[in-house]
Amino acid sequence: MSKKDSEYLINRKDNQYEVVIGLEVHAQVLSESKLFSTSATKFGAEPNTQVSLVDAAFPGMLPVINEFCVKQAIKTGIGLNAKINKRSVFDRKNYFYADLPQGYQISQFKDPIVGEGKVILDMPNGQKEVGIERLHLEQDAGKSIHDLDPQNTFVDLNRSGVALMEIVSKPDLRSPDEVNAYIKKLRSIMRYLGTCDGNMQEGSLRADVNVSVRPKGSKEFGTRCEIKNVNSIKFMQMAIEYEANRQVDLIEEGKTIDQETRLFDTKKNETRSMRSKEDAHDYRYFPDPDLLPLEVSEKFIEELKNDIPELPDDKKKRFIEEFRLSPYEANILVSDIDTAKYFEEVVAKMGKNKDIKLAVNWITGELFAVLNSKGLEISQSPVSAKNFAILINLIKNGTISGKIAKTVFELMIDGDKDPQKIVEEKGLKQQSDPKALEALIDKIINDNREKAIEYKQGKEKLFGFFVGQAMKASGGKANPQLINEILKKKL
Amino acid sequence: MSDITKQSLTELIENIKNKKLSSTDVTKAFIDRSEKSKELNAYITNDFTSALDKAKKFDQKPNFNLKLPGIPMAVKDLFCTKNIKTTAGSKILNNFVPTYESTVTENIWNEGAILLGKLNCDEFAMGSSNETSFFGNVQSPIDKNLVPGGSSGGSASAVAGKLTPVTIGTDTGGSIRQPASFTGIVGLKPTYGSCSRYGIVAFASSLDQAGPMAQNVKDCALLHEVISSYDPKDSTSIEFKRNHYSKELTNNIKGKKIGIPKEYRVDGMPKEIEDLWQKGIQYIKDCGAETIDISLPNTSYALPTYYIVAPAEASSNLARYDGVKYGFRAKGENLIDMYEKTRSEGFGAEVQRRIMIGTYVLSSGYYDAYYLKAQKVRKLIKNDFDEAYKKVDAILTPSTPSSAFKIGEKTNDPVSMYLNDIFTVPVNLAGLPGISIPAGHDSKGYPLGLQIIGKAFDEQNILNIAYAMEEKINFKNKITDWWIK
Repeated sequence: MSKKDSEYLINRKDNQYEVVIGLEVHAQVLSESKLFSTSATKFGAEPNTQVSLVDAAFPGMLPVINEFCVKQAIKTGIGLNAKINKRSVFDRKNYFYADLPQGYQISQFKDPIVGEGKVILDMPNGQKEVGIERLHLEQDAGKSIHDLDPQNTFVDLNRSGVALMEIVSKPDLRSPDEVNAYIKKLRSIMRYLGTCDGNMQEGSLRADVNVSVRPKGSKEFGTRCEIKNVNSIKFMQMAIEYEANRQVDLIEEGKTIDQETRLFDTKKNETRSMRSKEDAHDYRYFPDPDLLPLEVSEKFIEELKNDIPELPDDKKKRFIEEFRLSPYEANILVSDIDTAKYFEEVVAKMGKNKDIKLAVNWITGELFAVLNSKGLEISQSPVSAKNFAILINLIKNGTISGKIAKTVFELMIDGDKDPQKIVEEKGLKQQSDPKALEALIDKIINDNREKAIEYKQGKEKLFGFFVGQAMKASGGKANPQLINEILKKKL
Repeated sequence: MSDITKQSLTELIENIKNKKLSSTDVTKAFIDRSEKSKELNAYITNDFTSALDKAKKFDQKPNFNLKLPGIPMAVKDLFCTKNIKTTAGSKILNNFVPTYESTVTENIWNEGAILLGKLNCDEFAMGSSNETSFFGNVQSPIDKNLVPGGSSGGSASAVAGKLTPVTIGTDTGGSIRQPASFTGIVGLKPTYGSCSRYGIVAFASSLDQAGPMAQNVKDCALLHEVISSYDPKDSTSIEFKRNHYSKELTNNIKGKKIGIPKEYRVDGMPKEIEDLWQKGIQYIKDCGAETIDISLPNTSYALPTYYIVAPAEASSNLARYDGVKYGFRAKGENLIDMYEKTRSEGFGAEVQRRIMIGTYVLSSGYYDAYYLKAQKVRKLIKNDFDEAYKKVDAILTPSTPSSAFKIGEKTNDPVSMYLNDIFTVPVNLAGLPGISIPAGHDSKGYPLGLQIIGKAFDEQNILNIAYAMEEKINFKNKITDWWIK
């Protein structure tokens, strides 16, 4: 395997292979109730406590579309720069499974609510555009639980009928890294829009991964395999790597690749066949006669457009222009909406005489470190944006040094304390009175005469020694810049 | 009053309001007659004890402002009724007790009516003779061993036999109008979207529609007025201004233009039916209306279209009966085995046949040739009617191509059974309202019906035409109470 020029290729003897990847992402719509019923959608509820008669497919029960979910799908479509279809159709996808109470899933087949769009990825070697084929709304199935009893399978229908958006990409992705960036970008956009929480642990975001390989430079696609239901980015990357190599090995051995559906075994780190094309279900799609075609007006779409917040790409552009951030810094700040919010709040609270670079460094440095070690999201930050801004200002206006600031920051964490008060109470204010510092430095030079002479004779390294002594004597509070200036003068 | 059960719904309401009869008197009378009529096998489940309790309660605190004050009523067992077993005529729902009420029955109880019981029907409403019911044949009150028609056979038998003053059925391809025609009663299939489908066990969702069955047009109009409502719980329910159909009922149809479609003159149609139709045309003229020859060119494609669309939807609608959540479950080695045994044992032959047809026509490779084409033809059939309604206000046809047949006569010939629906099916495909009224008898004395097809949402008009014709026809059902010992 090589990553020459950051191109992801699989090498075998004389041949190089390119990997072609397309994703079908299933994103759970952020909504209080299900797609066609009023049941709640809360994660982690007791089994079968969020199930209506509609979700359990009782005789004579009928689906009624949840308008909110429609809005969420359209908003997501707008976020993906996609065409919104004013008329879409719900179809039935028929198959039998114990956790599919209706015996069919209501989905959208021929006429999805959202058509073609695109997503821009920021890759180390520049931007990459990934095409979106479509986005459609569909119901989730329930959950079969096989490991609670040796004889029986249990079924939990809490998830049955929950709204999903299936976002289908074009086969534009070429490496596990691009897949990583793509999923993160999708998640970021949906979190900005509030249309999906993107929580992969809770299954709110999962993907079917289509992988094929072809000789480098070839224009034709190879035969693809679909890896079903992968629920973390890491597993997606591992699965792609394994699957691409498996396919390349087959080609190298002169064998053909069967189009099939495969499963990724996370324990063995391998994909294995689930069903071949011949065994593929015949889903017998047809328009659901219980639901009329979904029609939305131009006005309805326009109103939703007006409701769209600033999305990551625009925010990044603005951060670069308005705050003079580097693209790298801007990326870090905008990729997560809560980070961006925190940052903007800090900027606002810092007032007129602000040092944005300093704030960025502190957010991505100290704050991220604390959140990381405590396993917290930035929305749960123990230090409020307001107090964080005060701290940055204290550094900026010379009240405390960067070093002292770290001490203050540690004290702030416990109960979101006001840094100003900490500085006052602990007497941590920086000594910037030149007279006091001069007296302090005179004493140090007096106490270390020999070293002062050595310095004058050319042993310049000793300058650091004197700075250290001065800082130590001041209890770390001395203004380091002043110390430097005075020392230079006196020595 | 000894002849309570002979009274029409309108008379019963009048007598209850005038306190000449109590709800208890009326309820008791229909229960008594129902109990004497077990041989008809019209009921699957009775709720007589609690019906009497409810009647007594009504009498203690009567509300005469209701449209059906204290009126007892049995309903087709396709309507889910809260805490009362609902089987759809199938073994697979033999033990199913809903915790909810269908909107249509809810509307009925809200107007003061009292549930007598659940009436027999073809399994999942698939049949034209009530012979596919897991609970056995229904006998027609007209003659022993005669089918009452289907699928609302129990409903037709119960109204004609006076086991209930009126009832409701469902009509997917003729399931109200054909049995009404076979038993000499009135049956209305409303416009698709007029009555909510919520809580009705689904057969073919794009065709199913509930409707009233009664002894006369006025009763039919009143019951329709009660059951028709906009229901947000049914996405195909339509919001439109609904009439007070019974109040606005008039026999003045002077100047109305009634279309006579030549395509309904099918090969092999008995002369009796042709004669009946001609008589109908004369009645129309006698009422001061005008008849106009029209053409509905795609009529001959209606039946094949129906037998693609309806089984397709049914095959999917019936997938939920898998033994997992409710209803009958057979023991199986594993999940697939359990599914197969449950569905093989739980569904009867006709239902299985239609599931297989439906599965086939939706299969990849066949979808375009069957289902998609059928949808296109369906549109053409609807266009035929739209075109005709530019010239006429309603259309008159026979209800069925023959009178009722004997039990067992057509059970081995599904196609000949399906041909029963040849005049009713186009109406469902086009989503239009149609009413069957009794118009005469054949040589054996069996009733024959005429069908009036209206424009969408124009129930008032076809009710008026039926009302006017009813007066002229002056039909008398020949019922000997043969089953009462």
